[in-house]
This record gives sequence, structure tokens and C-alpha cells, in this order.
Amino acid sequence: MVQFSNTHLDASFGALSDPTRRGVLEQLGRADASITDLADRFHMSLTGMKKHVGVLEQAGLVTTEKVGRVRTCKLGARRLEEETAWLERYREMWDARFDALENVVEVLRQKEMLHGRKK
Amino acid sequence: MDARSEGGPNPMKNRSTVDRKSERELVVTRTIRGPARLVFEAWTTPELFQQWWIPKSFGVTIVSCDMDIRTGGTYRLALRHPAAPAPMEFFGRYIEVTPHSRMVWTNDEGEDGGPVTTVTFEDKGGQTLLVVHDLYPTKEALDAALGSGQTTGMPETLDQLEELILTQGATKRD
Repeated sequence: MVQFSNTHLDASFGALSDPTRRGVLEQLGRADASITDLADRFHMSLTGMKKHVGVLEQAGLVTTEKVGRVRTCKLGARRLEEETAWLERYREMWDARFDALENVVEVLRQKEMLHGRKK
Repeated sequence: MDARSEGGPNPMKNRSTVDRKSERELVVTRTIRGPARLVFEAWTTPELFQQWWIPKSFGVTIVSCDMDIRTGGTYRLALRHPAAPAPMEFFGRYIEVTPHSRMVWTNDEGEDGGPVTTVTFEDKGGQTLLVVHDLYPTKEALDAALGSGQTTGMPETLDQLEELILTQGATKRD
């Protein structure tokens, strides 16, 4: 059976529920940025921005790396790994969906055996 | 790219495959037990469609499902996840509906033009080979869908919700 981890999903939705955090993701989609850059851009204290980035990081949407005194933020996973992982999850999603379809078809088939074809 | 992987504990179970066939095409295949006639019926009868399109394990509920399944007809599906503020919608138009063999529809909820989806149903001795083919308008659109290109805005439409489920929420347990 394929199941979806609701905790992780909730963390993602929680992270995305805030307009500033959505803005940060959009910004990082264009280019990596330091926490200071992001704080400036969103007219926010460094502490406030650190909190937002922390929430995004916990949800796996952003990764950060400290080089010297600067902490750089970038979007979650690397491109290829992300594509491969996405394809596998996409496959699992369709597998779950098709399993459910197969069950529906099986019910139809049994109804036909009992009552004969409709048309 | 091929996301096929080893079979689970049940060797009788058919497995889905996913392939990025080209820069603009994504193809999912799966063999379903049962004749194409019944698989098509399960796909095109709204009450039945709702029983499988969103399996319970997704944690998402169907708010509404309107499907006028005929060539030129339209569909609109609204879903809700407990953590999302508003329902998210999928909608589009059926370009072709050929009973028991083929359906083609548009996915119009995205901002930049979604893929055109073609599903074929092929009888294979009591089973049905299903091929779900998505043709994206550009390479960039498919890259974005795969989460590998430049990130476009944030989830506001259903396909993005689905993407979120895929990229953030899926764990497999057999």
C-alpha cells in the first residue's frame, strides 16, 4: 500500500500558509540569497527572517548553508535528484490510484456476473 | 528517465511505470485486471471516478466533481486538504471521448498552459493496458512540473497541491 505522510504534508502546508514564506520561495526560485538579503527585501528583522527560513527548512522546502559569516538559502533539493524522486513519487501516486481503479472495476465485474451486462 | 523499480511483496500485482519520453512528454502505464469496457466505465462515470481518482491515502477530500464526459464537454474538480485554506480546483475540456478506447482532455488550471492528457484503453485478454500520456506545451513547463526547473509561484491551484503531495508527502510502506 502506498500511504502519504500527513505530518510532512501538514508541515509543507503550514510553511506555505504564510505570504512572506511564499514570497521567500518565489525569490529563491529566481536566485539563492542570504538571510540578510531576504530580511532586507521583505523589510523584516534578521531574527524574523531566520524564523521564517527555519520553518521552510523544516518542511524541506529550503536548505541553508553557512559560508564564513553568511548563511545562504536555496530551494530544497537539487534538480536531478528532485526529478528522479518526483518521478518515483508520481509513479507511486498513480499506482495507488490504479489499485483503487482496479477495485472499482472488480466490483463492476462482480455485478455483471450476478446481474448480466447492462447494455 | 525511468522511475521503474522492483516489485513489492505481491508478485501478482501489476505495476505502474513512469517515463519522461521526451522533453515535453510524460507517460504512465499500468495494466488493470478487467476488460477495457469496464475500466472505461469506471473512468467516465462520475460516482465511480470519485471512488478511485483520489484514493483515501492521499488525505484529500473531494469537495465537488462535475464531469460532462463527451467530446467538447468540460470538467471541474475541487479538492480540499485539511491544512490548505481553500479548496483547489482542476478543470479543463474533453477534446475527444471515444468509448472504451480513448480520452483526451486539457488541464487548464495552471497559469502557463497545462499539459494535454491522452488516455488509451487497450484490451489484453481480460486485462486492460492503460497509457496516460501528458504532452506539455514546452520543455520548461514539464521541467517546472517535475520540480526541476525554475520554480514558478506557489500552490494555489490543484495541480500544485498534487505536486506538493508528490514532492513533500509521499512515503511508501508495503
